Amino acid sequence: MTINPELQGRSYPAGDVYAVGREKIREFARSVQATHPAHFDIEAARALGHRDLVAPPTFAIIVAQRADAQLINDPDAGIDFTRVVHADQRFIHHRAIVAGDQLVAELHVDQVRAMGGGAMITTRAEISTVEGEKTATTTSSILVRGEEQ
Amino acid sequence: MAITLAALTVGQDIGSTTVDVTRLGLVQYAGASGDFNPIHWNEAFARGVDLPGVIAHGMFTMGAAVQLVIDWIGDPAAVIDYQTRFTRPVTVEDTTAQPGTPGAVIEVSGVVGAVDADNATARIDLTVSFGGQKVLVKAQAVVRVW
Repeated sequence: MTINPELQGRSYPAGDVYAVGREKIREFARSVQATHPAHFDIEAARALGHRDLVAPPTFAIIVAQRADAQLINDPDAGIDFTRVVHADQRFIHHRAIVAGDQLVAELHVDQVRAMGGGAMITTRAEISTVEGEKTATTTSSILVRGEEQ
Repeated sequence: MAITLAALTVGQDIGSTTVDVTRLGLVQYAGASGDFNPIHWNEAFARGVDLPGVIAHGMFTMGAAVQLVIDWIGDPAAVIDYQTRFTRPVTVEDTTAQPGTPGAVIEVSGVVGAVDADNATARIDLTVSFGGQKVLVKAQAVVRVW
């Protein structure tokens, strides 16, 4: 399989709504060994001025990777998922994600560069609430290894 | 003990910690994140794609490393920008038969990399290593300092 060079500049519209739940925040926080009470205890979160439990800084990866799946699973993209390596990741938070948020993500393919026999693909997910409030911008580069790499 | 911008200087140490990783922990992270790539839980599959063994999710390491910053600043929402490059895998030994024994230990330390008085932010530069070698490069967290 070869990567379609015309992917660059392509966008995928917001897909299914992701409803941020309290138990998912607690589960994700435990899984990254986060201990701050604002992830677990509503009163502690409110004491810091938050509406509800606060998601850890990397929680948005759940929503971003669902958006990325639209590209990776697109037969037209030519990406072999078993040859994908995560190269870099960035989260810019416009505001913290909290329990009760209803999130959608619009995916943009910002860059496609040939690398050896494979390609480096940089995507950006613009995450907002269904009401249109921007919450996070995530960027991610994946290296799709060529057959000889 | 609130941290103030005026008290921060570039190069200042924010502390260090270690993260114990187990195979069970990776399964937990897989479930929590939805990333079920078998290289993170299936030894035979990992070796079959030329990895040295089961490796931690890069996003697990990134997510766990930032806890040092959160503990220091005191509010997870203060982290407004966080980025890294993933350079080396963290291989996690199977210690299932020895409960309490980590399969890998990741070392995390941080220093103040920059202070931006106009925006009331500070950049924390993290050093994240496993087996004496850096696994994250350019791991930087920008925090809002109230």
